Amino acid sequence: MAITTAQSPFRTDPLTGLRIDLTAQALVKVNAVLAVVFLLVGGTAGLLVALTRWPAVHLLPADLFYMALTAHGIVALMVWIIFFEIAVLYFVASTLLSCRLAAPKLAWTQVVLMVVGAAMTFVAILQGDSSVMMTSYVPMNAAPHFYLGLILFAVGALIGCGVFWGTLVIAAEEKTYEGTLPLTVYGCVIATIIAVFTIASGAIILIPTFLWSLGLIKSIDPMMYRVIWWAFGHSSQQINVTAHITIWYTVAGLAFGAKPMSEKVSRTAFLLYICFLQFGSVHHLLSDPGLSSAWKIFNTSYMMYLAVLASLIHGLTVPGSIEVAQRRSGLNNGLFEWLRKCPWGNPVFSSTILSIIIFGFIGGVTGVVMSVEQVNMIIHNTIYVPGHFHGTVAGGTTLAFMGLTYYLIPVLFQRQVIMKPLAALQPWLFGIGTSIFAIAIMGAGTLGVPRRHWDVTFAGQALGFEWPGMAQMMLAIGEIGGVIAVLGGALFCVIVVGSILIGEPVPANAKNIVAPPADAGGHKEIGMGGFEAPGTFILAMVLFVTLVLYYFVNFKYLATLWTLT
Amino acid sequence: MSNEESFRPTVLQRILDDINFMMCLGLVIPTVFYTLWGVMEVATIPLGK
Repeated sequence: MAITTAQSPFRTDPLTGLRIDLTAQALVKVNAVLAVVFLLVGGTAGLLVALTRWPAVHLLPADLFYMALTAHGIVALMVWIIFFEIAVLYFVASTLLSCRLAAPKLAWTQVVLMVVGAAMTFVAILQGDSSVMMTSYVPMNAAPHFYLGLILFAVGALIGCGVFWGTLVIAAEEKTYEGTLPLTVYGCVIATIIAVFTIASGAIILIPTFLWSLGLIKSIDPMMYRVIWWAFGHSSQQINVTAHITIWYTVAGLAFGAKPMSEKVSRTAFLLYICFLQFGSVHHLLSDPGLSSAWKIFNTSYMMYLAVLASLIHGLTVPGSIEVAQRRSGLNNGLFEWLRKCPWGNPVFSSTILSIIIFGFIGGVTGVVMSVEQVNMIIHNTIYVPGHFHGTVAGGTTLAFMGLTYYLIPVLFQRQVIMKPLAALQPWLFGIGTSIFAIAIMGAGTLGVPRRHWDVTFAGQALGFEWPGMAQMMLAIGEIGGVIAVLGGALFCVIVVGSILIGEPVPANAKNIVAPPADAGGHKEIGMGGFEAPGTFILAMVLFVTLVLYYFVNFKYLATLWTLT
Repeated sequence: MSNEESFRPTVLQRILDDINFMMCLGLVIPTVFYTLWGVMEVATIPLGK
C-alpha cells in the first residue's frame, strides 16, 4: 500500500514494513536494472572469451578475442558491479535509515554520467582500436573516449558516494535512527571510504593517460602507471568485497533475524578493512623490478594479513549469527542440524551461502597465498590470476548481489519472482559453474599457462610450446565451467527482467518476509560445549586448515621448481 | 556515577562511530604506505644512460 502525500513521498512496504522514499526507490530501480543489463553484456563477452580459450572450440580470431576480453573485464568487473553498488548504497541509506535521499538531482546526474561513461568506453572497445584490456597498461594506447568514458563513469560513482553520505547527514539531523549506525549501513560507509581512495587513484592516473592519448602529454612511465593504476584497479575490487560482506550481514538479518555475534568485533573488522585492505594491490606488482622487497612484503605479507584477519572474522560471524538464530528457533540438535534445515531452495539464502563458501575457500585462500612474494613467482601473470579473482568477484560478489536482488524484486518492484523452480536452481548453476571454472584454470595456471593470451600454444610461431595434457584438460574443464556459469548468469537476467516485466503483483495482504529478531524469544540454552555456534567454529577450522595446507603445498611446489643444492 | 557517565562509549567505540575520522584513516594510510612509498620507489630508480 503506497502512502504518498506532498509532504511525505514515502510508502510503507507490506512485505517488510520498511518505509521507502519513492525517489530513492526510483533511483535504486534504475541503477539495479542498468546493472543487470550490463551483467548480460559482460556475461556475453565472457562467453565469447570462454569459447575461445577452450582449446577444442577456439571460437574468435585474435583481434576479436582481445576486444571481447577488454569488454568482459570492464563491463563485468566494473560497470555491472558499481551500478549495483550504487543501488545498494541508495537502498541502505534511505530505506534502512527510513530517510529521504539527499540531493535527488545529483543522484540522477550520477545515473547519466555513469551511463554516458560506460557507453563511451564500450563504444571505444567495439570500434576495435581500444583492445587494451581492463588494465589498459601504457604504452598500449586506446582511443581518447575509452579513458574519458572511464573518468565520467568514476565521477558518477563518486557523486553516488556523496549522495549516500549526504543522506547519512540528513538521517542524523532528522534523528531517523538512534545510537550508532546499523551495521549494514556502517558496512556501506566503509565501502564508500574505500571507493573515495579508489576513485582518487583512478583520477590521478587516468586523467594524465587521457591527455596522453590526445597527444597533450609526451609519455607516461609504465611502472608509475602500474603502481598507481593498481591502487584504482585492485581497490575497486575491495569495494566489492566490503559491499558483498555487508550484504551477507543484511541477508542474515532479514532472512533469519540473525544479529552479529559481536557488533564491536564486526565493526573492528571493518576498521581493519579501511586501514589495510587496499594494500592487496601490491600482489599485482610482486614480480616488478625496481620496487623493493620491503615495500612489497610490508604491503602484502604484513599489512594485508590484518585485512585477511578481518575477512576471517566476517566469514566466522555471518554464518555464526545464522547458526545462533537457527538454534534459537529450535534447530539445536547436533553440530549441523541448523545448516541442514536452512532454506537451500530459496535463492536469497543459497546465493548468500554459496557466496560465503566460494569467496572463502576459492577466492580468499588463493588470494592470501598468491600474495606471498616467493609463491607469487609460480603463478604470476598465469591464468591462475583470473581463476582467483573469479572466485572473489563472480563467486563472492556477483552471487551475493544476485541473492539481494531476489530479495528486492518483491520489495522494490512489488512483483513476485517468476519461474520459481528455475530461480531456486540458478544460484547453484552459477556458483558451481564459477567454482569449476576458477579451480580448473587455477590448476592450468599452476602448470604455467599464461593469462590474456589468444593461443597459449603459440601454434605456428617460432616459439611454439607443447603444454602437458593435464594443462589442456584443465583449460577445457575450466571453460566448460565458464559456459555453465554464463548460463547461470543469463538465467538470472531472464528471471529478474521477466519478474519486473510480467511478474504477478505482490498482493496487498502479503505476509511480512522479514524474520523477527532471533534473540526476541525462543530457546535460550543453545549450542554445545560452551559454544553458541559450534558448527560454524568447526567450519571455520576447516577453512583455516585448508588455508594452512594450501600455503605449505605451494611452498613445497615452489621448492620442487627451485631446487637448492 | 550518573547514568550518562556509565553509558559513555569506550574509546574504540567512539573511533568506530566517528565516520569522518574513519574516512581520514581510509585515505591517509593507503596513500602513505602504498601510493607515496610506491611512487618514491619508482621515482628513485636511476635513469639509464
